Amino acid sequence: MKAKIVITPKKAVLDPQGKIVQNALEHMGYQGVAGVHVGKYIEIDLSPGTDAAAARKALDEACHRFLSNPVIEDYRLEIAE
Amino acid sequence: MHFAVLQFPASNCDQDCVHAVRVLGHSSGLVWHKDTTLGAADAVIVPGGFSYGDYLRCGAIARFSPVMQAVKQFADNGGLVLGICNGFQILCEAGLLPGALIRNRDLQFHCEQVFLKTANRATPFTSATPEDRVLRIPIAHGEGCYFADEPTLQRLQANRQILWQYCDATGATTDAANPNGSLLNIAGIANDRFNVAGLMPHPDRASEDILGSADGRYIFESMVAAFAKRGTAAAA
Repeated sequence: MKAKIVITPKKAVLDPQGKIVQNALEHMGYQGVAGVHVGKYIEIDLSPGTDAAAARKALDEACHRFLSNPVIEDYRLEIAE
Repeated sequence: MHFAVLQFPASNCDQDCVHAVRVLGHSSGLVWHKDTTLGAADAVIVPGGFSYGDYLRCGAIARFSPVMQAVKQFADNGGLVLGICNGFQILCEAGLLPGALIRNRDLQFHCEQVFLKTANRATPFTSATPEDRVLRIPIAHGEGCYFADEPTLQRLQANRQILWQYCDATGATTDAANPNGSLLNIAGIANDRFNVAGLMPHPDRASEDILGSADGRYIFESMVAAFAKRGTAAAA
């Protein structure tokens, strides 16, 4: 079982990296790119037999306290087989 | 007055801070990040560098160091804490200061002299700064763009917690003088009790004329004056 965590900059936060990647895509000729947001992906291997609900609760707290910074980032947490 | 200077793995301005304080005639010593006490500290400096390799986010790992629990306790008791550069980032991550520092808006690492306007001279970190004096102090960072949400910014302004702003040589806080895209040109702030402050520029690298500027001394001298005043008040 794995936990998959996607962390993205909040909409209100300046994301110069996303902007530059967007510019590059446009320069390369890719059409219809309305916005790019560059974030982070964290994958956590969970021990066999871990209770999914308990893991979600604990990792949700970890995301809030440590893995993301709620001042500048949003996160999505997914528990997958 | 004794300054405790924290030392994390990959701190690289710890010795600069120790030196700057000694040049001013005060004592200073390093406190290792695994230590759980600050010793006989009268003030704490969280120095610049790249603590824990800036992994995850700048300051995100350092804030969980044992020594940071002691710093939190010290700050809760009213002790003076100054975070410089990475130290500012650590204090924000630790929740001792509001907001966060993100990538510079041009994605470049900036290593240059900047000018600073002291926006509030009535604090333990700024009181020794002469009126209308524009400070010349270097920066060296890639993640120094100050961000906070609108309510936080309004609170910072209302409480006069913004201590230093990037400006030009005349003291005007223009966008051109903003090296990293910080909101409101913020270079440094204090908490609402004014005993914890952080700034991206390096007063430790500008406390002797031989370094090109001694303006950084005003910040350390302000802390010394605040500490002396508090001692007098306690004695009375």
